Amino acid sequence: MNEAWRTLLAFMVWPGVLVAAPLGWGGLWFMRKATARLQGRRGPPFGQPAFDFVKLLGKEMVLPVGVSRTVFLALPLASVASVVAALAILPLPGNPIPSLPGDVILLLYFLEVPVLIEVLAGYVSRSVYGQVAAMREALLSLGYNLPFLVAIIVMAQHAGSFEMRALAAAPFSPLSIVAGLTFLLALPGRLKTNPFSIPNAEHEIVADALVEYSGPALALFKLTHGLEIVLLSFLFAVVFIPATPWPALSLLVYLLVALALLASVVVVATATARLRPAQAFRLYWAAGGLASAATLSAALVW
Amino acid sequence: MNLLDRLMATCRRRSPWLCRLNAGSCNGCDIELTPCLTPRYDIEQIGAVLHGTPKHADIVLISGTLTARSRQAILDIYAQVPNPKAVVAVGSCPASGNVFADSPVVLGEALDAIVPVDVWVPGCPPRPQRIIEAIQAAAQLLADGASKSQAKPRP
Repeated sequence: MNEAWRTLLAFMVWPGVLVAAPLGWGGLWFMRKATARLQGRRGPPFGQPAFDFVKLLGKEMVLPVGVSRTVFLALPLASVASVVAALAILPLPGNPIPSLPGDVILLLYFLEVPVLIEVLAGYVSRSVYGQVAAMREALLSLGYNLPFLVAIIVMAQHAGSFEMRALAAAPFSPLSIVAGLTFLLALPGRLKTNPFSIPNAEHEIVADALVEYSGPALALFKLTHGLEIVLLSFLFAVVFIPATPWPALSLLVYLLVALALLASVVVVATATARLRPAQAFRLYWAAGGLASAATLSAALVW
Repeated sequence: MNLLDRLMATCRRRSPWLCRLNAGSCNGCDIELTPCLTPRYDIEQIGAVLHGTPKHADIVLISGTLTARSRQAILDIYAQVPNPKAVVAVGSCPASGNVFADSPVVLGEALDAIVPVDVWVPGCPPRPQRIIEAIQAAAQLLADGASKSQAKPRP
């Protein structure tokens, strides 16, 4: 099998779209169901995010007045593409693409693209609510990226390489725990769940930055969100959980860790209320800054 | 009906997203709508989610008397909902004006003179069970391609 086929396989099947999309829908369903159970409700039936996705594909798209059709449609496509590319880089067991030198940096860039696109989508839509949400999204990303980037970069420095495979193969050290906790601090902000549901505050500013999106374009954004959940939880597992010598066992451990991660995000989300943008920003630069400093000093010790 | 059509029909039936429009209601129907989202009735069981924007909705729930000032708002909101869509008229007011009929600011027409209505829910106010039943009926209409928005225009 030559390189092109392997790349196609990685993007389209595993760890790309065909496997990650159902995993993402499963993750979204799990989060909605767990939230509902914690609130004393029954919650949605299994597969609800998949039903939503297919239904959205079958709906008409209403284009706001004065918005370029090309830009309006290119944004969700680019968003999905960047998340899929980031997934293809992840050194999950069975990933057919060999590692690239410096792919940690590439991955961090791809992770940032959907956030930037959502900011753009909010401004492009010419809706006041979309613009407020976009502004909040940009502000929040300046907050959570401090602990997020520090956690990943410290692990790369510890492994002595900016290659994902080196990070995944690194043996366990106490640093993984400190850096992992710093990563966990950034996770609710990245997933925009409570108390950081600031950009998608549905009762304050109608909806998220995608207020004006409808039909297939909205479906692609929903798919991006599902894939992002898979990407971030697997990224945590790959970077902070030591791999076992058996790929199948590693994959099972990664899946369990991802599930536990989503469960803890849901528990935090249901137990807290939304912060104001300034409070969230202060929290990320105070608590996140302290956690980052602790992680950096831990990297000097171990 | 081929496989893809069947899949789409299932997904339309199982994922009705809602948008609420108070056209001049006394708030009675809106108060009865809220319990649908609470643990007692939990409308998410049938896949329904309340959305703030009509662009994300499949079903518009319109409650209240139709006033001279809300007429244009109803038309605007309805136009923003992407096809296929359904309208549920919640309560007696959209049908008849109820106790507010003959008021100088209340329109002397039923809601279906403004936008096509798929399901009527009578009651002042209707019980939450009836509202959920109506949402399910509207979702079934969307799945069958039988909602008024999916009707072929007469030649």
